[in-house]
Amino acid sequence: MKRATLCAAIAAFAAGAALDAQCQAPKLKVGLMLPYSGTYAALGTAIENGFRLYVAEQGGKVGGREIEYFKVDDESDPAKATDNANKLVKRDNVDVIIGTVHSGVAMAMAKVAKDNDTLLIIPNAGAVAVTGPMCGVSIFRSSFSNWQPGYAMGDVAAKKGLKKAVTITWKYAAGDESVGGFKEAFEKGGGQVVKELSLPFPNVEFQPLLTEIASIKPDVVYTFFAGGGAVKFVKDYAAAGLKKTIPLYGAGFITDGTLEAQGADADGLLTTLHYGDGLDTPRDKAFRASYDKAYKMQPDVYAVQGYDAAQMLAIGLNAAKGDVGNKAEIARAITAAKIDSPRGPFTIGASHNPVQDMYLRQVIGKENKVIGIATKALADPGRGCKM
Amino acid sequence: MDIATFLVQCLNALQYGLLLFLVASGLTLIFGIMGVINLAHGSFYMIGAYLAYALAPSLGAHAGWGFFATLAAGLAIAVILGYALEWAFFGFLYERDHLQQVLMTYGLILVFEELRSILAGDDVHGVKAPDWLAGSVPLGELMSYPMYRLFMSAVCIAIALGMYLVISRTRLGMMIRAGASNREMVQSLGIDVKFLYRIMFAAGVALAVLAGMLAAPVSSVYPGMGNQVLIICFVVVVIGGIGSVRGALAAALLVGIVDTFGKVLFPQAAGVLVYVLMALVLLWKPDGLFKAT
Repeated sequence: MKRATLCAAIAAFAAGAALDAQCQAPKLKVGLMLPYSGTYAALGTAIENGFRLYVAEQGGKVGGREIEYFKVDDESDPAKATDNANKLVKRDNVDVIIGTVHSGVAMAMAKVAKDNDTLLIIPNAGAVAVTGPMCGVSIFRSSFSNWQPGYAMGDVAAKKGLKKAVTITWKYAAGDESVGGFKEAFEKGGGQVVKELSLPFPNVEFQPLLTEIASIKPDVVYTFFAGGGAVKFVKDYAAAGLKKTIPLYGAGFITDGTLEAQGADADGLLTTLHYGDGLDTPRDKAFRASYDKAYKMQPDVYAVQGYDAAQMLAIGLNAAKGDVGNKAEIARAITAAKIDSPRGPFTIGASHNPVQDMYLRQVIGKENKVIGIATKALADPGRGCKM
Repeated sequence: MDIATFLVQCLNALQYGLLLFLVASGLTLIFGIMGVINLAHGSFYMIGAYLAYALAPSLGAHAGWGFFATLAAGLAIAVILGYALEWAFFGFLYERDHLQQVLMTYGLILVFEELRSILAGDDVHGVKAPDWLAGSVPLGELMSYPMYRLFMSAVCIAIALGMYLVISRTRLGMMIRAGASNREMVQSLGIDVKFLYRIMFAAGVALAVLAGMLAAPVSSVYPGMGNQVLIICFVVVVIGGIGSVRGALAAALLVGIVDTFGKVLFPQAAGVLVYVLMALVLLWKPDGLFKAT
């Protein structure tokens, strides 16, 4: 209030453009807490690129305010997450935090954001809890919940008439939730998950479990792995001769960003995700062209999620007229909006998770070609969310 | 579990154990004989994998002798790197206490990770196995076993034999063992211990790099791969007895068996079984299974 009176007074005394500059809206402090090192480093960079691209397309301003970036490398380490998030909130006093990739880190960030009433937009981490029991009025997600791609795949598998499934993943939140989604849809459709195999994260010695799968002889194997583990699993699966006999279905991360390394071993694999190649919509084509022009590489699902995080922030801030403290108005605007994303239009559900189409994709050549829609407008049930 | 599956799992355990031995043997030599805790050992493994990724296209690793050319080039680089590192950093560590060694080698891990990030980027990469090894051997109607893994196990066995022969049957091996027991005495006998240690260190690095290059087609090449291998390596070295190559082999096979069957029979506890094994072994034999060399 004092500042507004002072502004008015100065404006009344002087008409100079120089003094007028003092009254412009202060810069919006955006804290990027992403992995800039370690196994998820490429994802962190893609998310930031997508975010910055949207801001650049809006002329460098969001909600009428210019952006000041603060970056913290979270190293995908849940143990350091609270300290890293507090660096942004307490030391840099950011208005909004954008992050992160790893679900364990995101859960700690969500707690810090809720305790300090800071706006948080998650551009990847799919932990169901964040839009479940830990949901909050200032916590949003522009990506997916781990449950969504799993559920869509379970639906696909059940509709194909497959009866016996084995799941295999890492024993951590993301793996458990993805398999949980698959199991829910598959068993609802008449199938049965006969064995749930897992190994400790980030162990990548799959041979013993592949031998197990071979001896069980299921109709289909559902898997969730990402990054280096995904490359190794797909290659090991093919090398063990299983690819020819037992179809492998997976959440999209098994083939996203990994096709170059997997080579022919990934050909023909079916996956579900909320984005893919060959969508062929004008919106996606325009996005890919401008991303390629700005960063000299093709975007992936992570870049889209970063881009949409910026879009959601813009929608919220525009409605709140640049006032980041007006959480109620920001939430109202974001949940009411239809977000025009390169992945296709989607909305934000009541628990602040995207309600979106899950595409069925197949690896053809070096691309994850979208061959159909697995489930339309799939919403995470948001179990346990009380807002 | 039926007989066929059990036998295949034994094969899995053996193959995993042999690869672990290859990586751990370098570590146990450096630790046991030179008394240096080398945390950067995992980084050398990672460097080996990235070398395989970088050299494979230019040296035509897919066909004919190109694969061995790649290995030879990588080993040459490893020996030079090991020699240089020993001269620049590790030479100072012999008389220091373990904490200083840990600090120095941990710093090296961080440096290597950053260099890797700058030079090779953060993406995951794959390395193709050479064409003449790319097939699979069918194991009954159960599944097929990749030929490359069998080749890897054969190489590990060959190296194990080679190391045994060098250490117990050559003059060099004699000097190494003597230098480990009593450095001053060996020096006063006129043998250049400094040069000996430098060669030893280069050999240790070369073993880790070789393991990384061999494993590159079956693991993938990605950031952080060195750190995962490092922990399990230390477990193998501690169980086997510090400085004992024979111990490293026995321990690596044990760890392979426990890890493989643990994953299948006790998946909830699979993460800790190897450490439980280490605790039990140390309770029974506090210095590990075998004495140094």
